[in-house]
Amino acid sequence: MTASPLAQLQEQTTDLLATVAAWQTLDELLEGEVFVTGKRSILSALQKSLGSLEPEARKGAGAQLQEARRSVEAAVAQKRAELESAARIVALEADRLDLGDVVSSAVRVPYSHGHPGIVAATQRELEDVFVGMGFRVADGPEVETDWYNFEALNIPPAHPSRGMWDTFYVELGDPETVVLRTHTSPTQIHLMEAAVASDSLPIHSVMPGRCYRRDTPDARHLAAFHQIEGLVVDRGITFADLAGVIDTFTKAYFGADMQSRLRPAFFPFTEPSAEFEITCTICRGEGCRTCSHTGWIELGGCGMLDPAVLAAVGIDGDEWSGFAFGFGIDRCAQMRHQIADMRALIENDVRFLRQLS
Amino acid sequence: MKIPLSWLAEFVDLPADLDALIASMDDLGLVVEGVERIGEGLEDVIVARVNTITPIEGADRIRLISVDAGNGPLDIVCGAMNFAVGNHVPLAPVGAVLPGNFVIAERRMKGVISNGMLCSARELRLSEDHEGLMLLDALITPVIGEKLTSALGIVPDVVLDVSIEGNRPDAWSIVGIARDLAARFGQVLRLPATALPDDGAPTSSLATATIAVPDLCGRLTLSVLTDVVVGPSPQHLAQRLTMAGMRPISNVVDASNLVMLELGQPTHPYDASLVAGSSIGVRRARSGESLQTLDDVTRPLAQPGRGLGDSGDDCVIVDGDDQVIGLAGIMGGASSEISAATTTVLLEAAFFDPMTIARSSKRHGLRSEASNRFERGVDPELALFAAARFVELLRQSSPTLHWMSDPLDVRGETPSVPSVTLRPGDVQRSLGVTIDESEVRRLLTSLDFTVTGESTLIVTPPTRRLDVRDGAAGRADVIEEIARLYSYSRLPRHTPTWPQPGGLSDRQKMRRRLRDVLVDLGVNEAWTPTLGSDEDFALLHPNESRVRVTNPLASEESVLRRSMILGLVRAWARNAERGLGDVVLGEIGVVFTHPDDATTARVVRGGNGGSVKLTLPSENERATIILGRSGDDATSAVAFWNAVASRLDLHDVVVRSTSEVAAGLHPTRAASLELSTGEVLGWVGEVDPALLGQLSTIAARRLGVLDLDLDVVIKTALERQANQYVAVPSRFPSAALDLALVTPQTVHAADVAQALRAASELVQDVVLFDVYQGPGLPQGTRSLAYALCLGADDRTLSERELGDLRAQLIAAANALGAVLRA
Repeated sequence: MTASPLAQLQEQTTDLLATVAAWQTLDELLEGEVFVTGKRSILSALQKSLGSLEPEARKGAGAQLQEARRSVEAAVAQKRAELESAARIVALEADRLDLGDVVSSAVRVPYSHGHPGIVAATQRELEDVFVGMGFRVADGPEVETDWYNFEALNIPPAHPSRGMWDTFYVELGDPETVVLRTHTSPTQIHLMEAAVASDSLPIHSVMPGRCYRRDTPDARHLAAFHQIEGLVVDRGITFADLAGVIDTFTKAYFGADMQSRLRPAFFPFTEPSAEFEITCTICRGEGCRTCSHTGWIELGGCGMLDPAVLAAVGIDGDEWSGFAFGFGIDRCAQMRHQIADMRALIENDVRFLRQLS
Repeated sequence: MKIPLSWLAEFVDLPADLDALIASMDDLGLVVEGVERIGEGLEDVIVARVNTITPIEGADRIRLISVDAGNGPLDIVCGAMNFAVGNHVPLAPVGAVLPGNFVIAERRMKGVISNGMLCSARELRLSEDHEGLMLLDALITPVIGEKLTSALGIVPDVVLDVSIEGNRPDAWSIVGIARDLAARFGQVLRLPATALPDDGAPTSSLATATIAVPDLCGRLTLSVLTDVVVGPSPQHLAQRLTMAGMRPISNVVDASNLVMLELGQPTHPYDASLVAGSSIGVRRARSGESLQTLDDVTRPLAQPGRGLGDSGDDCVIVDGDDQVIGLAGIMGGASSEISAATTTVLLEAAFFDPMTIARSSKRHGLRSEASNRFERGVDPELALFAAARFVELLRQSSPTLHWMSDPLDVRGETPSVPSVTLRPGDVQRSLGVTIDESEVRRLLTSLDFTVTGESTLIVTPPTRRLDVRDGAAGRADVIEEIARLYSYSRLPRHTPTWPQPGGLSDRQKMRRRLRDVLVDLGVNEAWTPTLGSDEDFALLHPNESRVRVTNPLASEESVLRRSMILGLVRAWARNAERGLGDVVLGEIGVVFTHPDDATTARVVRGGNGGSVKLTLPSENERATIILGRSGDDATSAVAFWNAVASRLDLHDVVVRSTSEVAAGLHPTRAASLELSTGEVLGWVGEVDPALLGQLSTIAARRLGVLDLDLDVVIKTALERQANQYVAVPSRFPSAALDLALVTPQTVHAADVAQALRAASELVQDVVLFDVYQGPGLPQGTRSLAYALCLGADDRTLSERELGDLRAQLIAAANALGAVLRA
């Protein structure tokens, strides 16, 4: 009977582990690895020698060898992590720079030319139009409670009209109590609550901001998007004022030759409600594929504040009345710049970003 | 909803001009989103018989077919392979114009002349089938030469795809749309024909109906139909269903669907022999019960749901043994389904509480044509009319059926019908136009609203108008109805003005200024994702809580970002991989911190009815810039910051290296931007090389980074703006003094500068102009060289004063451990 090729395995393993433990640098590890676990290691040589054994013996020896290999490999991995971490510390130290010592006049700053984001630029233009019409601009948070995003807007829990918004819920508190706002309308509620609390009605504000809907992105929709919302609460405000504001805005932003029109629609937070459409910006009303040959394209929704919304925020509907409207900023940008696919807005390709001056 | 015009025209006379009809519907809020023309382009297609099939030399994908279409043999070249000699197929002869204006002409292929085209169902727009020719033998008994339209019983029609708003369930039917149109056109609405119950034994002699939950079920009617013959529907009814987008199943099921489409009332037919005791009851489901619905899914009932205030109420239909056989108003059970063997039908037509249906349907993830209607509200008074219409329709295919007399009709609670008060001037106050009282009356009564009273009108909506509420809200509902019928296009427009000025808040103005400054300095504004993956979050903030989305579209978009650095570095890397990395990218946006980790919690009204306070993630607006131009690094990032700071009057902000840097930044090449109060405006430095390695394949490259907290930056910049003192420069010459100070590495250059500035009011300016490190200096020190400008407003400083001042400045430096370089 010949001696098992693994007779010395324990000692050999101990030697290998000692070799690994002795490595001081990553270079040593990279050089030595092949002799410890690689093709030129004793472990690999022993593996080959197993071929001469009887099948039964081979099985047991194989397992033994595997076990030895695992322990060595684990030691190498641990050593690698240690040395990498040490190397990072060394490299970072070598790289150390006290930024307080930077002498500005000595730094050659590369020259480059920047470009505003298309959405931000569009938002600014829209804000400016409304500011010119006497509106203030209000910001609001992106994470909202169900109260602000839905219930105060006359959209009770589980109401079928919630189907109009595919909602992302945030994992906080009880299920479905916190949401990523699906529209900018919750900012209306914040404004009205604050105005009531501080007795500072009237309100004439627009509210731009980022919103989220659980829609699979396509050429016309993104799961994150930007809306601008308008709110007027004042004495003696009528639907005629709403239609007038929509029309003035349409002409100011899209062009003096553009028309707007309203048609009946349903939104839980306004009554009467309307969709507003404007002359198709592509064909200027002639009829084309974009507008399905109607000459009109839908821009947004609007209406007189629903009495239930006024009641929710504690505004006396006999003294005050008002209207709200809202539409997509990204969509305006898409129309204005004829962006074929909305997804370009989030791809951040420099060739895309650089086009807006 | 798909509306075949031929069906609509049964109930109201339509204008001849389709565009005029569509315009009227749009103006009524019944928006037409699509127009489909049935049978268009099929006028010239005829039935042909395949006589011979001959291969064509040199072609294996086409064959020469000789057909007979009534005028002798005709040779056609055809690429389809799915037919045999003797089959009947549709032929479009030369000169025919197929759907899509496809003109058939004589063609020559491989030396053979083809005198027309044999068609697939898709080419005729009859179905999506394009596997081969449409094989007519399976469908009809074909007659050679017959027009395909008459052979298949296709009547040319137009189908409008109409979008019905959520508050108008009453218009969500053919008759509902006809009713609106009749009101608009000043015409009479013709209601569909209905059957009357037959004489004989009353329904109660065979069946029972009970409501155990009057709050969930407002009305339950039950009809018994005996001697029913189940079979296919007549062709014209089947075609109607198909045009409206539903599949014909059997005459009984089809009649139920037709009634739902026509009137808006869902009904449910049961095989009476499969319902114990022929008894239908309505009750709440009990915990532990389950139901196998028609879609073969077994659903546990009465389980509280996730939604706000969802108690888990399921309204169910039970049989005489109290066994659940249906989820009321949503879907029936499999056990009592109509089959070919059915002879006695129980027909349920009911009214269920809309919110109960809405909650159950949502909880079970089960939406049906019936639940969609019930959850929005079906006219509680429609049930028996719908049953009578069902019988009338079913009689067409089962003429001998018997409708037992006195159908059962049990009532629970139905929504009360509001009385809305319309005061004089209400319409004007809301719409800005005065509409005559008589006109208001005419408009409302045209849709069956009852109007009584003089000057102050009491308006009562018809029972189908469940959208009209009580009180002030009801007034708004009625005014909307007046406006809609009057036409929005006729309402006046007036652009209001008010004394309060418009404008931006100070913060918004400063944000704009910052954005302009950044763009001026080379930033290309990006928009990176708010939602990232768990792995992304763990890369930078392994020890913080995540604000997670419960129902993300994808796991990579499930956690709200805590920083914009990651998104921007990734965006930069993608550009760099295309060779476009020589660029500055930046974003102004919001990052989120979990309430567990936030320093200031955001506590907001929430919960059911807004009755509780909820703690939400804090939202922090930041501006983050990645400097990726060749040559960019931590020093250019500092220079970039200095440029920003000078434009926003923030030059006293100290760039301070710290041992702990913000996540994602290079640990030894970053500094915080601090005010003398210790408040941190943000961070400047380089991107951690390890992060860049993890996010991109780009080989080691330095990326500068600037990350600003807009809350602090804007607040500080605004304070500076408010207090900005503009000094008139001294008329007296100032003196220049350079001081090279050997300073311990541990002492910040900015602190030395500040000490020099503070040493005397005669110090007008201090600028660091050189840093030397190396031979000749003690270990652990470097030489900082400052250029000082010294002077006074009222005199030229004397040599002696300057000498004293110099000593004073050196002493101030010494106090920090800095000594004059020898």
